[in-house]
Amino acid sequence: MPNKTFFWFFLPTGLAMILFIGLPIISTGIQSFYAQHDQVVKEVKKCDPFGCTVSIVVDNEETTKLREAKPLGKFNGFGTYVDRNHLAIDEIKKFWNETESFGAFVDQVTNLPFYKALIFTLTYCLFVTPNVLLLGFIIALSLNAVARKIRGPLIFGTILPMIVTPLVGSLVLFWMIDSQGIIGANIQNLMNDPYLSLKSSKTLTWITIIIYGIWHHSPFAFVVFYAALQTVPQEPVEAAIIDGASRFQRIKHIVLPHIYPVVTFVALISLMDNFRVFEPIIGFSAEGSAQSLSWLIYDNLVNEEVILFGSAAATSMMTIVGIAILLAPVLIRTWKEFKTAR
Amino acid sequence: MDYGLDRKSTSLKTFNTIFIIVWLLIACFPFIWTFWGSFKVRADFFSRSDWWYAISAFNTLIETGGKFTTDAYTQAWTEGEFWKASKNTIIVTVFVVSISLFLGTLGAYALSRSTERYAFWILIAALIFRAMPHITLVSGYLFPFFQLQIWGILPTTIVVLVAINQPFTLWLLYSFFKTVPKELDESALIDGCSYFQAFRHIIMPVMWPGVITAGLFSLMLAYNDFTVTALLLNQENHTMVPKIQSYLGTNQHEGNLMWAVSAVVSATAPLFMLVMFFQRQVISGLTAGAVKG
Repeated sequence: MPNKTFFWFFLPTGLAMILFIGLPIISTGIQSFYAQHDQVVKEVKKCDPFGCTVSIVVDNEETTKLREAKPLGKFNGFGTYVDRNHLAIDEIKKFWNETESFGAFVDQVTNLPFYKALIFTLTYCLFVTPNVLLLGFIIALSLNAVARKIRGPLIFGTILPMIVTPLVGSLVLFWMIDSQGIIGANIQNLMNDPYLSLKSSKTLTWITIIIYGIWHHSPFAFVVFYAALQTVPQEPVEAAIIDGASRFQRIKHIVLPHIYPVVTFVALISLMDNFRVFEPIIGFSAEGSAQSLSWLIYDNLVNEEVILFGSAAATSMMTIVGIAILLAPVLIRTWKEFKTAR
Repeated sequence: MDYGLDRKSTSLKTFNTIFIIVWLLIACFPFIWTFWGSFKVRADFFSRSDWWYAISAFNTLIETGGKFTTDAYTQAWTEGEFWKASKNTIIVTVFVVSISLFLGTLGAYALSRSTERYAFWILIAALIFRAMPHITLVSGYLFPFFQLQIWGILPTTIVVLVAINQPFTLWLLYSFFKTVPKELDESALIDGCSYFQAFRHIIMPVMWPGVITAGLFSLMLAYNDFTVTALLLNQENHTMVPKIQSYLGTNQHEGNLMWAVSAVVSATAPLFMLVMFFQRQVISGLTAGAVKG
């Protein structure tokens, strides 16, 4: 296709992506260097018969004026990045000098909002992604073994958790495992502990959200693996059966190598999706004990008094860096393949 | 795997059947339970004293005189203004699907027929864009949108959702277009068609399965979106998902939580029916990128 034709065909979608994905990333970058204005204060001298006092009050008029003149806020450089709510460089230095043991230091650091969120996000990715691959693969193998006639409805049932939005999916589960729900109430009875509930323990909340993640993402892995299983050639499998290979050996040495590229694809996609975990935290109302990077940004953006653009933008930029680190191996591999292909 | 040679032992078959039943129970029961519970009053579905009330409808019987009640639905749809939210959802979904298909087919067709190197890089860039968490993009939108005073209205959200959706649509349609033989449009070009005519009259007619799949995914994205709609729309224009969240509220007074339950069912039912109807397309779409490409 000639370049000129390509240009016109691609222009609308390219424009949409540049304007609403490319530019916002740049805009986020710029915003991250600014912080909201401090309130303008003025000294007011008040005199009464007993003498004069000077007090400092907020000058609302001036503050509004300043905010209108420079809506972006004041320039802050990398100030937002290193403040307490983000990388917290000073705090970490302080902890390093003050704490006795390394454990105490780690304890202090993981209580800082950014690191807390980072650790939750990484834990979520680390536990959900492999389990999604495993469960999805087992379901695919298992469904592949049932009679063709009843597979349709079974597949429909299997993909239900995937097609609902995460917020609805987590709510539906939350209503069951909440202390007043069917599962939660029964566990309370079983354990004989009327105070046992999701909100009471941080570990329990994390486990619940991770289980939700596996429940929600496994169908995707299933669908892809299921389709890939249909393309596995029959001859090597039959040869392996004749040679006396066990079922497990057949899967390990024939099926898995065949669908390997698909496994990396699913791993990549679910890693990308898991890294942005956010809605389940709202669905499970788990803000207290589980915060993710995306949730931190959301929290800054729905701030009641002033929207913390700078703070949200700084967290966003660091999230993007995180995504870049996650994607780097894939991109490098693609680049190498592309170079050798030429 | 219906291998003639492959004899499965009975114990394996039984194990397999049990596994599938357990999995389906885990996958589907929450939805069935919520559907069932949405016809009860709050004291039953969220029972403090006894979960069995949700089945025996103890309080529902006392409060409404019947075992099932549709109060939650009627209240959410009228008082809770869920009708407005669903109207907004319909508007957003229809526009997002049609615009993103229009842009996506044009772009993906060009990508699939280009032999230049930049086509490859565009696809990689799209993959990177696909990986961006939506909330980071939203944090980039809010400030400019406030300044331009286009925050809170439906058209802005529609355009944003279309753009966010483009990378995935491009990849999906690209892999579909790749399966259409090049000879088809080349012969049309030789016969004197322009590229656009070849696209419009030769390629699009054989592309319907791909277009339906891509449309379904755009629909699911627009219908299911929470991040963008919750932050870019004002109260008045909220779509269904942010509306459900607003019912949860901080002050969970009687009734409102049941509104959320009935709203969840109302929002999920059309989606399930749609997927049941188009199941084949959904699955082919999910696998297109992985298996073919």
